Amino acid sequence: MKRNRMKVDIASILVLLFAAGAQVTPAQESHIGGITGEATRGRHLYRRYCVGCHGPLGDGRGENAPWVDPKPRDFVTGTFKCRSTPSGELPTDEDLFKSVTRGLVNSNMPPWLPLTEQQRADLVAYVKTFSSRFREEKPSAPVEVPSEPAADQQSIQRGSELYQKMNCWSCHGKEGHGDGPSAQTLVDNRGYPIPPFDFSAGTRFKCGESNQDLYRILMTGLDGTPMPSSSSALTPAQTWDLVHYLRALQINAKYSKASSPPRTGGSVALNKQLVRRPEHADLF
Amino acid sequence: MGTKTRYLHLAAATAIALSATPGSPSRSAAIERKSSAAKAASSGHSEGHEAGTVSGTVRVIGAQTAAARINMAADPACLRIHPTPMMSEEVVTEANGALKNVIVYISNGVGNRSFDPPKEPAVFEQKGCSYSPRVLGMQASQSLQIVNLDPTSHNIHPVPQNNREWNIIQPPGSSPIAETFTREEIIPVRCNVHPWMKGYIAVFKHPYFAITKEDGTFDLKDVPPGEYMIQAWHEKYGVLTQKVTLEGNQTKVLEFVFKP
Repeated sequence: MKRNRMKVDIASILVLLFAAGAQVTPAQESHIGGITGEATRGRHLYRRYCVGCHGPLGDGRGENAPWVDPKPRDFVTGTFKCRSTPSGELPTDEDLFKSVTRGLVNSNMPPWLPLTEQQRADLVAYVKTFSSRFREEKPSAPVEVPSEPAADQQSIQRGSELYQKMNCWSCHGKEGHGDGPSAQTLVDNRGYPIPPFDFSAGTRFKCGESNQDLYRILMTGLDGTPMPSSSSALTPAQTWDLVHYLRALQINAKYSKASSPPRTGGSVALNKQLVRRPEHADLF
Repeated sequence: MGTKTRYLHLAAATAIALSATPGSPSRSAAIERKSSAAKAASSGHSEGHEAGTVSGTVRVIGAQTAAARINMAADPACLRIHPTPMMSEEVVTEANGALKNVIVYISNGVGNRSFDPPKEPAVFEQKGCSYSPRVLGMQASQSLQIVNLDPTSHNIHPVPQNNREWNIIQPPGSSPIAETFTREEIIPVRCNVHPWMKGYIAVFKHPYFAITKEDGTFDLKDVPPGEYMIQAWHEKYGVLTQKVTLEGNQTKVLEFVFKP
């Protein structure tokens, strides 16, 4: 009699535990090359590595957030800086994977290389559960990056004229030092001050370091920040001219050699390129 | 044996407590509920011949500071358009405190009825390094057309809470940008290149909204009989709410008074 009751109890505990797990993590997947990330697995990793800054609700209000600048990303709005998709669109799974892998330079977000690719893919899947947009919308096709023309004197000169015409100097300054007349007024979408990129500083960009990355940044903009998308304003040739001019402003850049070979396809293969110099390696 | 059973019951109780813990993405769930409620709107009703009107005026009383001069020195192209400095349009009043650029709208009472957006686009212009209109009302999913009439580049950067956030640069002479917003919200719009440029795009699920004119007046037309909450929103003074019961063919006159 008693034994029977115990059996029932054990069964009900198992059912309840299963229900608890299922309730907490909505199903969500990520697809990175051949890897499929699972939100249920990503949740455990998130609770261990990400929750301190991004918070248990994914709203960027973790317990470290008050001491972090720039502020941790709020995943609930589904707005991301580093995308391959047009402004206002969701990022692709691969875009998120790249951000986790690369980290965001000049922020507290380190490159998460100590985690395996599978683990990073699982994290991407879990991060997508915080915003309903990932269930309602699909990101549109990534912006195409056509092959790069020669970076000659004429291209740089045309780029310099575009830098004027597009009012890039208003924020980034006449010589790209990040000291334009509007630089001091800039805030992000949560109202926190955000400085424009200083091209003379010699650091990488937030969303990569190659010429192709810079092309993509100009085309997509950095959503959630004052940096707009130029996709409807510039032709591909003009965008390359602007890339060449911006490179010319980077007098202290130490990685121009590494950035010259164009990046080709291959999602997971990008790791090697991304990881050359983890600037937060000491964190691990 | 008895002790073991007790432990098992304890474990069961813990499991129940665990399963009752709210799931982590509660805020995203809230947003999702909001959007699915929006989608659940039933088919449209025609207003019939009984529709009435809610009209009135919005005023502000009390000390108002004089409008500030806008310094456009950051962009010589803007400076050239305004030989005499432009004044801030945050608070625009006429005699008796009549207040311009207040959005008056039904905030509650329309229910789940859905309304087709108007075919013609809502037009938001960048003119003289300023937004025209400063406050634009539009229906959800109505086409929004953004025009740059200036000899300089602007970036159009709406900063919504519930809609998609985008940010696009529009150089002089480019064709209009077509966009839309799908969820109800009053969205601040900024040009980061010209930090003095401030505008608002108010998005509604229904057509019962109006922006007050220079004389502070507004008209909400073709409103079917019913009980409504009417709100008046101003970018500086905030929100006022009044309840109104409208009968068939009736015109109700309301007065909103901000007392900052």
